[in-house]
Amino acid sequence: MTDKADIRTAARNQWWDVWDQFKTHKGALLGASVFLLIIIAVYLGPFVWPYDPQFIDYRSRNLSPSFAHPLGTDQLGRDQLARMLSGGQVSIIVGLSAMALSVVLGTLIGVLAGYFKRLDGPLMRLTDLFLALPLLPLILVASLLFREKLSAAFGPEGGIFILIVSLIGITSWMQTARIVRGDVLALKEREFVLAARSIGTPDRRMITRHVLPNVMSPIMVSATLGIATAIITESALSFLGFGFPPDFPTWGRLLNDSVDRMQIYPERVLWPGLAISLTVLSVNYMGDGLRDALDPRIRGR
Amino acid sequence: MFTFTIRRLTLAVPTLLFISLVIFLLLQLAPGDPMAQVPLTVPPEVKQKMREALGLGEPMHVQYLKWLRQFFWIEPLNLFDYMFGTGLAEGELRVISWQTRSPVVDIVVQRLPQTLWVVGMAYVVGILIALPIGIISAYKQYSMFDQVGTFVSMVGFSIPPFFSGVLVIVIFSVQLGWFPSIYDTTHVVNDWASFKVQLLQMFLPVMVLALQITAQISRFMRASMLDNLNQDYVRTARAKGARERVVVLVHVLRNSMIPVVTVIALGIPSIFGGAIITEQVFKVNGIGQLLITSIEANDLPMVQTLTFIFAILIVLFNLIADILYGVLDPRIRYD
Repeated sequence: MTDKADIRTAARNQWWDVWDQFKTHKGALLGASVFLLIIIAVYLGPFVWPYDPQFIDYRSRNLSPSFAHPLGTDQLGRDQLARMLSGGQVSIIVGLSAMALSVVLGTLIGVLAGYFKRLDGPLMRLTDLFLALPLLPLILVASLLFREKLSAAFGPEGGIFILIVSLIGITSWMQTARIVRGDVLALKEREFVLAARSIGTPDRRMITRHVLPNVMSPIMVSATLGIATAIITESALSFLGFGFPPDFPTWGRLLNDSVDRMQIYPERVLWPGLAISLTVLSVNYMGDGLRDALDPRIRGR
Repeated sequence: MFTFTIRRLTLAVPTLLFISLVIFLLLQLAPGDPMAQVPLTVPPEVKQKMREALGLGEPMHVQYLKWLRQFFWIEPLNLFDYMFGTGLAEGELRVISWQTRSPVVDIVVQRLPQTLWVVGMAYVVGILIALPIGIISAYKQYSMFDQVGTFVSMVGFSIPPFFSGVLVIVIFSVQLGWFPSIYDTTHVVNDWASFKVQLLQMFLPVMVLALQITAQISRFMRASMLDNLNQDYVRTARAKGARERVVVLVHVLRNSMIPVVTVIALGIPSIFGGAIITEQVFKVNGIGQLLITSIEANDLPMVQTLTFIFAILIVLFNLIADILYGVLDPRIRYD
């Protein structure tokens, strides 16, 4: 019986090492807990806070914070806390899906470019080209061009969601692709890859079994930091009025709405802005800690 | 070095052509019609004529080539004419804005100084703040100053300009009333008092943009200094009796500046992107604001020209960064 326990501790998963290192980084731990807290608050909050964010109550408009409405109400009498919660849901899900798209694209292009020598040139030229594009202007233009078509196809909210997620994803995969390509190029020269090839492993299984697991760490770091950039880009779009429609609150949209009245109700600017900044800050700290934890040179020191 | 520069320059031309094609094709999908504002009483034949006068209705590749000729040949000729009083470009059709019916480049030239003043000033201020912070936090690694610096730059990195801008407006212009919240571009500086007004109105937008720049560059400066501080030549310099000031500020700093300079050059285009948002917050009528209003008004020639100008900036500064790296670091050999 004791033997079994020994084996279990001996065959410890490397992710536990990563977790041990991650735990020692105080900022990262704090960032991760804050981010988790924000996600829980935003998704479980509506069950505790039953106000409808869309419910218009003219008699109680422009209320200052009170027990009934902790963050006050807006110019149409909608509860600000409920709007913040539902806005957070959209902002975070947009950030996560855009990050997922960009990481998948970046990994795909990076692995293909690093693994297949023939594809390296063209794919890396494509990456350079994307890096040279003026991204924010193009996102603004494209978000206006495809808005109507996608809204017609998937409904106003779904269409804009798909539009914004794909725009952010398509314009932010380049860094991931470059890092992954570099790592794959180095991996290809290692003995275990040679060994795997010598027993006749086909390319497809080579990539999924041997290459991908070994480039997971840079991918995870850029995925974490990608959440932050995606949330900022979405908020910037909403802030400039190119994002979600007005009756569909996101944090950027709420900020944009309150800017017009910031002279009378400055606190309305504060909450969505703070929410965005806090989320991004916590994600950035998390990414920082993750980078340290996944770096084997630091780990175990 | 020279051949490398030439090679990179020749590579930049197809890149720019391809980007212009991408922008052009994207805008071809736009649903807008420049004749939408023309009164309904105008008969359709006349509208068709007006459309043709604007160069629409021709095949796509003809439109693209015409735009290329207008942008790369006729507009520079116009500039030449303006500077030397010649008449080389007379009678040629320029790129016309659908919104104002005046040449696009003229409007851009009117708007450019405001952007350059605010953005350029912010960049200079940001770098001037960032470099000392980076140097000190590297020299005193893990000290109180370093910890605070790390935290502040993380915060500066995380607060988007549309929030920091609004926040400083609420604090400094609404609550305290120290600075104006709107940038008045008609303001003329002709004496000390008006100069002070100009300084006050530039302060907030410049500081908001500078915060982001400082956050990025001070981190780079710190990392680069740390790389160099442990090198052998630093020990040699100390061993031969050079004073600490000289070691850090001459030997280490000069070597650490090499990657930082390229980062500074690479950051210039993205700062114009950030200016789009800052200009919107502070109501600066620069090219960023021009881009937003022309996208909203469906003014495609204007959008196309502005986006392409941003692309030229990016390609140009990438090129400058590459060349600077080679010039500054004798270890880098491109040939």
